[in-house]
Amino acid sequence: MPACADQELLLGALIDGELDAANVAMVEGHIARCEGCRGEIERLHAVRNLLGGEGVRYAAPQSLAARIAATPELASRAANESRLPGWLAPGLAGAVAASLAMVALLPPSSQSIVDEQLVSSHVRSLQPGHLTDVQTTNQHIVKPWFNGRIDFAPPVPELADKGFPLAGGRLDSIDGKTVAAIVYHRRLHTVNLYVWPGEGGRERAFVRDGFAVREWTRGGLRFAAVSDIPAGELEQFEQSFVQRAG
Amino acid sequence: MHAPSLFTSRRTASEGSAPGSPPGAGQGQEFRRLILPHLDGAYDLARYLTRDPVLSEDVVQDAMLRAFRAFGQFRGTSARAWLFAIVRNCCRTAQARGRAGLTLVVADDSEAHAATEQADPAPNPEEAVSRQSDIERVRAAIEAIPEPFREAVVLRDLEDLSYAEIAEVTGVPVGTVMSRLSRGRGLLAKALLPEANAESDQSRSVK
Repeated sequence: MPACADQELLLGALIDGELDAANVAMVEGHIARCEGCRGEIERLHAVRNLLGGEGVRYAAPQSLAARIAATPELASRAANESRLPGWLAPGLAGAVAASLAMVALLPPSSQSIVDEQLVSSHVRSLQPGHLTDVQTTNQHIVKPWFNGRIDFAPPVPELADKGFPLAGGRLDSIDGKTVAAIVYHRRLHTVNLYVWPGEGGRERAFVRDGFAVREWTRGGLRFAAVSDIPAGELEQFEQSFVQRAG
Repeated sequence: MHAPSLFTSRRTASEGSAPGSPPGAGQGQEFRRLILPHLDGAYDLARYLTRDPVLSEDVVQDAMLRAFRAFGQFRGTSARAWLFAIVRNCCRTAQARGRAGLTLVVADDSEAHAATEQADPAPNPEEAVSRQSDIERVRAAIEAIPEPFREAVVLRDLEDLSYAEIAEVTGVPVGTVMSRLSRGRGLLAKALLPEANAESDQSRSVK
């Protein structure tokens, strides 16, 4: 015998202790007379016991607790008292280091124009349909795709096992030069890696408008990675990339 | 001192309109006292809503940051319900972004989909739970029921929120909370209590 349709919600509220005294009396009176609703109450208790069983509820993993603890805003008193706006605080250390570095060694003002363009190109690329010209997770498709479009050959290592699956590539323009843009993903985030021929130039890391940027030079090519992932993760990206690209 | 539009545009209505300055040190203490203890619950909710362990961590971290920035606007009685509402919104944003991201990655490679696409299995609850250990069985059954019911059941039976708090988190009237809970528990009973189900079917046919 099924539970009475008009009682079902009240039965749930009864076992949840959400009924007022008058309704409790009414529903309990009904249950005493109704076999179907007694059965339903038993089922509800059984389900609730299963759901309340140990291990069903997920606990925050250590890694998450550590990430929260490492977030400057959330963790330390010093960070809270910082006069910087909240949105700047993530990656703050990197930003401070980078801005010091920029002051110290930054010669031509054209450098800041390039920085600006890297970030704005990254932002532009995130608009629908702008991210990639060649969309593939296969490095052997991306690499040849650049042939004939540019006069240099950027390395395109696969980094999926490092947490940065390849998403594709496109041509872009930085400072009037045609550059290769190789696109990787990080969870739901995007990493744009810009590559163009260039000797020298220091390793740089900074945060601009909340975007982390890292630049380095290898084998006659200049690399600039831009993303909204934390600066630490972008550093990890650089290390993985350099290691694979040789 | 206002946060830039980068963040305000992603803010959802229930988090309050004006982006506030970050709370001062005193408020930071309050935040750590009232909000951080609910980290497990926030993760639990995100985990069952997104059904993705990695995404859940991102979502909860994001939610904690947003909660911190908006903490000055918290006036309610239940800090937990307030935090959970933010977690819920972050889950929705992340899932919407995940789906939007799909259109960018046209895949010639099914692994790309697997990696990018939010797993969205809505298998038959009965099938989903077969041959699994007890905990896994229960977890899989919860994950298999439709989101509004899943959300209500998780908030009530795992997180122990009151009906009023669930109504606050999910933005629906208490009556709707009650009917969602009832539906959700009914589906779970069907998936997890097969014998009881058979019995009641029997008694139904007899009487």
